[in-house]
Amino acid sequence: MSGSAMDSFPRGKTAIVGAATFGMGEAPGLSSKDLAAHASIAALAQANLQPKDVDALFVCLSDDMLSGMTLAEYFGIRPKLTDNNRTGGSSFLIHVMLAALALEGRQCDVALIAYGSNQRTSTGKLANLIRTSIYEAPYKALSPISAYALAAARHMHQYGTTREQLGAVAIAARKWAQLNPEAFMRDELTMQDYLQARMVSDPLGVRDCCLVTDGAGAIVMTRADRAKDHASRPAFVLGAACATWHQEISNAPDLTVTAAAESGARAYAQARVKPADIDVVQLYDAFTINTLLFLEDLGFCSKGEGGPFVENGRIAPGGELPVNTNGGGLSCVHPGMYGMFTLVEATQQIMRNAGARQVPEVQLALCHGNGGVLSSQATVILGSETTL
Amino acid sequence: MIQPDQQFLEFLAQGRFMIQRSRASGRFIFYPRVAEPKTGCTDLEWVEPSGDGTVYSVTVVRQKPPAPSYNVVLVDLAEGPRLMSRVDGIEVHAVRIGMAVKARVIRENEAPLLVFEPA
Repeated sequence: MSGSAMDSFPRGKTAIVGAATFGMGEAPGLSSKDLAAHASIAALAQANLQPKDVDALFVCLSDDMLSGMTLAEYFGIRPKLTDNNRTGGSSFLIHVMLAALALEGRQCDVALIAYGSNQRTSTGKLANLIRTSIYEAPYKALSPISAYALAAARHMHQYGTTREQLGAVAIAARKWAQLNPEAFMRDELTMQDYLQARMVSDPLGVRDCCLVTDGAGAIVMTRADRAKDHASRPAFVLGAACATWHQEISNAPDLTVTAAAESGARAYAQARVKPADIDVVQLYDAFTINTLLFLEDLGFCSKGEGGPFVENGRIAPGGELPVNTNGGGLSCVHPGMYGMFTLVEATQQIMRNAGARQVPEVQLALCHGNGGVLSSQATVILGSETTL
Repeated sequence: MIQPDQQFLEFLAQGRFMIQRSRASGRFIFYPRVAEPKTGCTDLEWVEPSGDGTVYSVTVVRQKPPAPSYNVVLVDLAEGPRLMSRVDGIEVHAVRIGMAVKARVIRENEAPLLVFEPA
């Protein structure tokens, strides 16, 4: 029972009025909460707001279970609503959904959604609080890459997807990153470089993997009726939906289909748009296979067609469908839970603040976050004022 | 009283690979739980599966030489459930999706371990 006929998500009633990053790449000497605070202040300043104006706080830090309370205390504020919901990298898109409902229900007036991580300069490894069950742990799958490798191997088996097609995803991300001064990896990446990169967990190699960086992001949401007081081009929230089908990869019902098929369908219905209407797509590309799976599950191509779809630069700069215009988790930034940056980049594109990588005439942007090992999926559709 | 993890490990220590079945629905369940998924039925019993399975997917984890690479597989049991394991008794890169495999309990690093071998 999806209940979609009853879904009364408040389409266009709330908007993102500020969106900022901080400490992208390396930010030595700062804790995760310091980084989140910097991004928050920058996002609030864009909207002519200060921390004291915030009355709903959604915070998920990799190294702090109760991060909502931590940031409230840090800013010296007393929010009416505090949330530390963690579903991995999809957390922040679910925060958008919950913030939209709370704003519409007048539970709050200004919602701040914040994230930061210093994983690169503190440990140099992916911050990972996931505990593996006794049914998976003995087999020493690399967490999380082996889970995605199993999905990629199955996709190749069923649909004939090739390493070169996964390489096209990595190269497109790199080409976008070369247009983004904040991106961490901006040197040339050729198909030969991709194919010769060290294998990690077959069929995935180093260049199929997201980065390990520091970084922070934050967005500010208000109700639509005051959004124009805070931003000249707000990004209105037209749809937001999430779905979970499993936790560990051995319990995924089908490794070639993710719950994005469900979250995406509900978000499109809420927003009353279809895939062909979307101008720019921001997906959580933890691994190259994610981009293929999500392009399929979100309806940009048929199931199994993701590989051929990304060939010939279709998702790269100048291609027909701009995907991950900041360079993505593969080449821009990946502090551990990348979903936040799909929202920041989509908002920058709608606000026309994206500099050399700005896609012309962006009216509709789709953001998609992934948590765990293809486990939690969340989709947010943002639109300019003309889409209301 | 079903004690899922503890009883599974006790069986494994005896060299037995056991899964669960709901008495009412006859549905097989893995990993072990206190209740059947969806229904919440608590009428679960331990049963010995056939041990027959099919490789659903496979990856090879590369290690820095001289440490050897090893495979990690997802196996669909003949009874229905899917689980993570490893296929022994074959060259590490030779495991293929669709391959028929058979369960075996071995001892490794002083602990019992469920693995599969080519059938």
